[in-house]
Amino acid sequence: MTQSVVVQVGQCGNQVGCRFWDLALREHAAVNKKGIYDEALSSFFRNVDTRSGGDGHDISKGKICSLKARALLIDMEEGVVNEILQGPLRDVFDSKQLITDVSGSGNNWAVGHKLYGCQYRENIVEKLRKTAEHCDCLQCFFVIHSMGGGTGSGLGTFVLNLLEDEFPEVYRFVTSVYPSSEDDVIISPYNSVLAMKELNEHADCVLPIENESLFDIVNKIHQMVNSGKLGSIVKQNSLVTSSAGSTKAVQEKSFDAMNNIIANLLLNLTSSARFEGSLNMDLNEISMNLVPFPRLHYLVSSLTPLYTLADVNVPSRRLDQMFSDAFSRDHQLIQADPKHSLYLACALLVRGNVQVSDLRRNIERLKPSMHFVSWNQEGWKTGLCSVPPVGHSHSLLALANNTCVKPTFMELKDRFMRLYKKKAHLHHYLHIDGMEQSCFSEAISSLSDLIEEYNELDATKGGPRIDPSRLKIAV
Amino acid sequence: MSIVTVQLGQCGNQIGHEVFNAICSDVHGTHGLCSKKENKSYHDACKERFFSEEKSGVPVARAVLVDMEPKVISQALSIAARSGYWKYDDRSHFCQKQGSGNNWANGYSVHGPKHKDIIMNLVQKEAEKCDRLSGFFTIMSMAGGTGSGLGAFVTQCLKDAFPASFILNHVIWPYGTGEVIVQNYNSVLTLSHLYHSSDALLVHENDVIHKICAQLMNIKQISFRDVNQVIAHQLGSVFQPIYTAEGALHYSRSPLGDLMETLVPHPEFKMLGLRNIPQMPESSLAYSSFSWPGLIKHLRQMLIANATMEEGIDWQVRPPRPGSSIPSKHSTSKLLHFNTSIANLVILRGKDMHSADLGSFQDPALYTSWLTPQDAFNLWKTPRAFNKYEKSAALVSNSQFLLKPLDNLVGKAWNMFASKAYIHQYTKFGIEEEDFLDSFTTLEQVISSYTTL
Repeated sequence: MTQSVVVQVGQCGNQVGCRFWDLALREHAAVNKKGIYDEALSSFFRNVDTRSGGDGHDISKGKICSLKARALLIDMEEGVVNEILQGPLRDVFDSKQLITDVSGSGNNWAVGHKLYGCQYRENIVEKLRKTAEHCDCLQCFFVIHSMGGGTGSGLGTFVLNLLEDEFPEVYRFVTSVYPSSEDDVIISPYNSVLAMKELNEHADCVLPIENESLFDIVNKIHQMVNSGKLGSIVKQNSLVTSSAGSTKAVQEKSFDAMNNIIANLLLNLTSSARFEGSLNMDLNEISMNLVPFPRLHYLVSSLTPLYTLADVNVPSRRLDQMFSDAFSRDHQLIQADPKHSLYLACALLVRGNVQVSDLRRNIERLKPSMHFVSWNQEGWKTGLCSVPPVGHSHSLLALANNTCVKPTFMELKDRFMRLYKKKAHLHHYLHIDGMEQSCFSEAISSLSDLIEEYNELDATKGGPRIDPSRLKIAV
Repeated sequence: MSIVTVQLGQCGNQIGHEVFNAICSDVHGTHGLCSKKENKSYHDACKERFFSEEKSGVPVARAVLVDMEPKVISQALSIAARSGYWKYDDRSHFCQKQGSGNNWANGYSVHGPKHKDIIMNLVQKEAEKCDRLSGFFTIMSMAGGTGSGLGAFVTQCLKDAFPASFILNHVIWPYGTGEVIVQNYNSVLTLSHLYHSSDALLVHENDVIHKICAQLMNIKQISFRDVNQVIAHQLGSVFQPIYTAEGALHYSRSPLGDLMETLVPHPEFKMLGLRNIPQMPESSLAYSSFSWPGLIKHLRQMLIANATMEEGIDWQVRPPRPGSSIPSKHSTSKLLHFNTSIANLVILRGKDMHSADLGSFQDPALYTSWLTPQDAFNLWKTPRAFNKYEKSAALVSNSQFLLKPLDNLVGKAWNMFASKAYIHQYTKFGIEEEDFLDSFTTLEQVISSYTTL
């Protein structure tokens, strides 16, 4: 069995990470009734003997002693990390997994990437190595960060580079939260575009998430609960609505709910690598199947069920609804409409009591309403994991490599250009060591190239399909 | 003689396990509706083929289990051990921690060379346990990374290490859509490599088996287990002991050798398809009765009309009339409808099989012009009924069965290749564009050969 390490950077990264660890623990607790440290648990947790005090050594078999997250928590201020350390998850982390500073990155990519990057490089590498040493087959790093601020965006992408240098064999999955257009950080477009260049070059897969989409989804869930329409169906302590394990005041619960959605995405993404199933889908299969060209590694995700949490007995109608929902606009985690754009590839990761015939029926049903690129008309990848998420009988995570990400990138580019034309706020960046104007021009051209690649693919949509002529054999 | 089974990858290990289950339940669950003596010799021949004896008395499968990740193998081992009827050898398996990630190049160029010694050592040990080794039966899918990539590599190693033994590769043809996106690349690479090192490829298409589960077995929610059990039943109907000659005193002693001799007369043609009749849910068996003429009539029409199961056969298809001009290569009416054979083998199991008349399979019009029906057709039989079916017939055919699926698959892979999509994932592990081109060339040659039969 392989292991994965989560690297959570910045305020957003740490808050999402915190939700992830909470939900992961609860998921394993629900499956693992005997309290035995098993292979499934070992993928994200170490089992440490803390009785003797001090460092404690790993116990590979037997009873759970003390679980430690395979994680590195990085923030350039102390608030969020301190909160986690005082909360119910405090025992899951120890001081050797933390890197914090006191002064923050001032929402400046250059401060995070160049200044703190330089300053904390050795420290980060050493802690990454320590974490990696505890794994016996490290397969994947999950970086969680936001794009708009300074630490997550700047230092987060710096860590991504480090990972590539130090662990070139290990896959790098990045969960990136993109700022909304009404973001209160004026220079967030700069930060995001500078970070995009790093994602383009150094990530194996990026799961883009927009705050706006999360917000809409959470609002919709609340409306449904409050209107009483679905009150009896929505389970109060289901994974999406629950905030147990957090220390937030009531009014901040909607943030928790939003972060829970991302945490669920990561849980479902890794479920097949952790639990058994009749069709396993290992993490390394995701990039192999969904990334046809190295830079086009942005995967649009959608989770179902989100709004109506299913009953235990699943009539087949409900199950089919789950598949339909996964392709509807309001289930996507970015503002996008995959059905009206071009699919390069699509993966369905199903959990629970779902069989291959259910998959086939739904693929056949949905296929006619979707557009696939001419050379990948049957670009479906599927995984079946037999363990459902807590509180559900089944669930579906759809990952789409689809040109529908383009509008998000174009809007980002527009907002960047509006500032950049006037050279507004550039001086905040340029006075940082190692930061030059060329960093901006290179970043925007990297983004433009990416958009252009999607444009070229979009141009093939709807046109006449001409198959290349086959190899001729002399008879 | 004995067969050593090599199970590769998730698919290979799941199916292999069902095959041994099917064989065991045939031997233990039924008396075969024949004489005690007959049943006993069937029993003994089956044992020798597939199992070795251990002190505990529980038969041990002659199998080597290989996968690059541990979950499937550990499940197979424990389920087999719990069955009480048979088990796997505790030391005869090899797995790693991290799978091949659906990447053929990773399985073939990385995992293969790296683990060659250990895997071949396990195979060697298993082979040494056999008093007489007939050959190897490998089970793998061609869609993924481990079964396909490592499978192709291991097949080559088997060929080098055991030049005198036969190798039959059982290959699972993936669903048309929905399993693995790069399955057409992986399949092209697998088939082309196997074509060089294997003696014959016995192919099962997932789409076909799925249809059998839905229409003949009446299963509503079909799982991979259901699919695999149908495949296992079909394989059992071929590999269980059988008399290869009229009035023979012993069950066939060289199961793989006999199969190659009857079905692969020319190395350019080694794609074998398999058809079974009847197939139905166990609960319906008691209410059904069959006659040999009926079964054989259906089976023959399934052959010439290229039907995958007994339901929905096109009865209009007829062999071309003798004397009519040999249709040109692209005479489509022939291509679309009539399935020309190189060689066919019919296996009959059950009551009164001596009364069955197979004359309809000996029509020269069924076969390519360069073989006579005497050479191209064989009939094997036993009075011992198989797996609760009072009468059953299997057809192993070297014919144009797989021409269309193969042509489709190569076409799709070629489309993708022309856009260069996903190639970087393969070059990362040392499989270059040149290698792809070689594989395409090999398969276009195969397609062309089968087309011009």
